[in-house]
Amino acid sequence: MALNALVNNPEQAGTTREQDLIARVQRGQNELFYELVRPYERRVYAAALAILRNESDAEDAAQEAMLKAFANIRQFRAEARFSTWLIQITVNAALMRRRRERTVVMEAIDDRREEESEYAPREFADWREIPSESLERKQVRQKLGEALATLDRKYREVFVLRDMEQLNIQETAEALGISVASVKTRLLRARLMLRDLLAAGWEQGWFSRLPFEKGNKPW
Amino acid sequence: MVDKRAVNCEQVWREISNYIEGDVDAPQRAAMDEHFSACKHCASVLAGTRNVIALYSDERMIDEQTIEVPAGFGRRLEKRLAQNVRVRGKRWSTWSAWLVPAAALLLFAGGLRVANSLTSGPELKSEHAQAGQGIPPDMLVVVTADAKVFHVPGCGVIHNKATERTLTAKEAMQQGYVPCLRCLREYLQTARAGHVALETEADADADSDEGELHDSGH
Repeated sequence: MALNALVNNPEQAGTTREQDLIARVQRGQNELFYELVRPYERRVYAAALAILRNESDAEDAAQEAMLKAFANIRQFRAEARFSTWLIQITVNAALMRRRRERTVVMEAIDDRREEESEYAPREFADWREIPSESLERKQVRQKLGEALATLDRKYREVFVLRDMEQLNIQETAEALGISVASVKTRLLRARLMLRDLLAAGWEQGWFSRLPFEKGNKPW
Repeated sequence: MVDKRAVNCEQVWREISNYIEGDVDAPQRAAMDEHFSACKHCASVLAGTRNVIALYSDERMIDEQTIEVPAGFGRRLEKRLAQNVRVRGKRWSTWSAWLVPAAALLLFAGGLRVANSLTSGPELKSEHAQAGQGIPPDMLVVVTADAKVFHVPGCGVIHNKATERTLTAKEAMQQGYVPCLRCLREYLQTARAGHVALETEADADADSDEGELHDSGH
């Protein structure tokens, strides 16, 4: 619950203006569409990049997605969050692009690998909260990015959509065309793997230079 | 005596993500809470997992310092959008102004030439249709289940509308769809005489993938 509250808040502020823009574009003021999507450029690009991992492919997919959103703007319903709708279209465009391209074989191999086998956490030391201020440091964000990059594609995608792009489980499943159960399994594994990776990182001083008691790991 | 509700560490790990999502039922939650208060390891896993989520879900993980959008992204997008708006507007006015009678005449005149256009390019889904020419690859079109034709969104002759999906003209053609005789008439070979304006417009766009259409299309 707390997570959902956290997740839903950041966009509330601009909502009314956004709804107004959507309504106007839907009524045919096409020239306002760019203004509507501009705040989401980065998120859209990030979603495409998470799937394609190549900057120029990601840009192409992101732009295709924006054009599709434009063509389908009348199908957008006010009950949905515009950003979520946009991200789902983006994921779809990125997946289509990936299927068209060479990675198809690798993808099949990747998908065949264990989903059922369970992941056991490795790090068990006492945990303490990592202050969110540590994210002010570029190095920390970089390390988080690197840890994420070590995950297998299927885990990374689910994690990016759910925990970073903040789609819900159902929306993530729809975007990727996989079952809700698969999303949950992959999300669990992604989170646990990242937790272990970050635990190691703490010891190397990624997050804070604050001293902590000897022998105490952050979690 | 063993508590029936008790769960072991492995069971806790399996559900820990759902637990954080608030996606476990009340008895399961109670059992897990009890376990967390007794098991330091699992409490550590829970706290660490929450930490992971809190860090990565922070807005700063997708800000301008973390994710660098390629230079010129916005400008290119704006341009492609503008092109789309323009082409779309133009098509309708052109259609209503003079294309209907012109195309109707040309359809008869050009009947035989259709055969030629079928001998190369992607395999077409209908022999009774022809590949389009000079269609802007980025133009958004719709196709429906079991149909062979792609349309401009809103075309009056789209059947099975419930299954409509949108893609670019380029994708549609790559998948073997052919242009609708009604709404995309102006791009058909039979309608081409004296009509080059739109093709020029598409060519003028320097985006890299634009040229492929003309190479592979015929």
